Amino acid sequence: MDALTLPPVIELTGVTKRYKDTKAVDGVTLRIDGGKIYGLLGRNGAGKTTLMSILTAQDPETSGTVRVFGQHPYENDAVLSRMCFIRESQKYPGDFTPAQAFKSASLFFANWDQDFADRLVEEFALPLKRRIKKLSRGQLSAVGVVIGLAARAELTFFDEPYLGLDAFARQIFYDRLVEDYSRHPRTIILSSHLIDEVANLLEHVLLIDQGRIILDDDAENIRGSAVTVTGEETNVAAFTAGRTVLHRERLGSLASVTMEARLGSADRARAADLGLELSPVSLQQFVVRKTTAAAGRAGVEPRTVTEPSELEVAP
Amino acid sequence: MLDDSRPIFLQIAELIEGDIVAGALAEEAQAPSTNEFAAFYRINPATAAKGINKLVDEGILYKKRGIGMFVATGARTRLLERRREEFFHDFVQPLTREARRLGISADALADMINRSNSDPVLTERSAGRWMH
Repeated sequence: MDALTLPPVIELTGVTKRYKDTKAVDGVTLRIDGGKIYGLLGRNGAGKTTLMSILTAQDPETSGTVRVFGQHPYENDAVLSRMCFIRESQKYPGDFTPAQAFKSASLFFANWDQDFADRLVEEFALPLKRRIKKLSRGQLSAVGVVIGLAARAELTFFDEPYLGLDAFARQIFYDRLVEDYSRHPRTIILSSHLIDEVANLLEHVLLIDQGRIILDDDAENIRGSAVTVTGEETNVAAFTAGRTVLHRERLGSLASVTMEARLGSADRARAADLGLELSPVSLQQFVVRKTTAAAGRAGVEPRTVTEPSELEVAP
Repeated sequence: MLDDSRPIFLQIAELIEGDIVAGALAEEAQAPSTNEFAAFYRINPATAAKGINKLVDEGILYKKRGIGMFVATGARTRLLERRREEFFHDFVQPLTREARRLGISADALADMINRSNSDPVLTERSAGRWMH
C-alpha cells in the first residue's frame, strides 16, 4: 500500500507549548508517515525536546491538536505501548543494572528482540551486572541505544542518544540502525546535532527553529538544492543575482555566496566561464545557513556562526 | 564516494551503471540488494531502493520475483552508448575550457592526449568492490 493512503503515525495541527511568556513550540503543524527515518534537527533550545515530550505524553501541549496513531497520547496506554523514547539523559531506577533495565524493557515492548539486545551489549562491551549509576557517560548512552534498537517499537524517538559515545561506538549505532530498520521497517525520529554523521540515514528532515518548523522536506530533495559559489566578487554577484541567498562571505575581492538553486549544465558552464567555483552544500551546512537566515528575517540578531561545527556539542 | 552535490539515489544508480560498464557486474548477473547497498554505503534503504528502481525503470536492471535484481542483457551496450554521448559534454568541454585558460594550444593539448594514451598506468575501476 502506498504511504499516502495510510493514516499518518503522527499528526499535529497548530500545536503550541507555552512556558510562562515563552513559546517553546509555536503553532507546529506537521504529519509523520509510517516506515520512515526522520531527522528532527535544530539548535539547542529550538524546541526539539519539547516537541518530542509532547508526542510521548511526558509534557502536554498548551493548545492545538496532537494525534499519535490516531489518538491523543496523554495517559493513553494503547498509544504509549507502541512507542519508545530514548532521551539524552535517560533516567533509570536507582539500583538498576543494565541487565535489569533490559529485562523490564523486554516485558514492556511487545517486539523486543533479546538476541539483538545481547549482540548489541557485546558490541558496546556493556557490563551487564554493574549498577547503572556507576556506568560511564558513554555506557549509559549505550544502555539507551540498546533499548531503543532492540525494543523495535513502531515509533522510536532517539533524542541525542550519543552523549559520551565515541566515534567508533556511534558508528556501531548507525550501522545497526540501518541494518535492523532494513529488515524491520518502522518509524524512527532521530534528533541529533551531529548532522553530517546521520545525514545519509535520514529519509525526511524536519528543522525546528524558535519553536517553529522551518523546513519539512525529503532529504533527497534537499541534497543539491543549494550551492556555494566562490570567485571574484563582481562575477559572483552577476551569477547569484535574483537567487535566494542564504549566506554571504567576503575576503578581499573574493566572495563566497551560498544560494538556494538547483543548477543545470548551462549554469555550470556559465560558472566555469566566469571562473567561479561551485561547491556542494552538506545537509549540516544547509541547516546552519537556513537557521541563521530565518533568524535574520525574524529580526532576531543572528549569533555569529562561522563554522557549521558551532552547531555541534562536543561530546 | 558519495557527495552532497546531488541526490544519493542518482549516485547509487551511477555506481551500479559504472560497475556494469566496467564489467564488474556482468549481464544476467545478480545485483546487490537494496539492503546490501544501504549497509555498504550507510544510507537509508529507501534511498538505495530509489536508485535501483531508477535502473529498473530504464530497463538496465530487471526484477526476478522473490530472488532479486539482475542486469539486463544489452545493458552494457546501452550504457556505453549513453556514456559516449555524455563524454564530450562532461569531459572534453571542461578540458578545453581549462586549456584555454592556461594558454595551452590545441596542438599541445592533442600532444598531451597522445602522451596520456601511451601511459600504461590507466586506472580501471576496481572490480572487487563488492567482495569485502
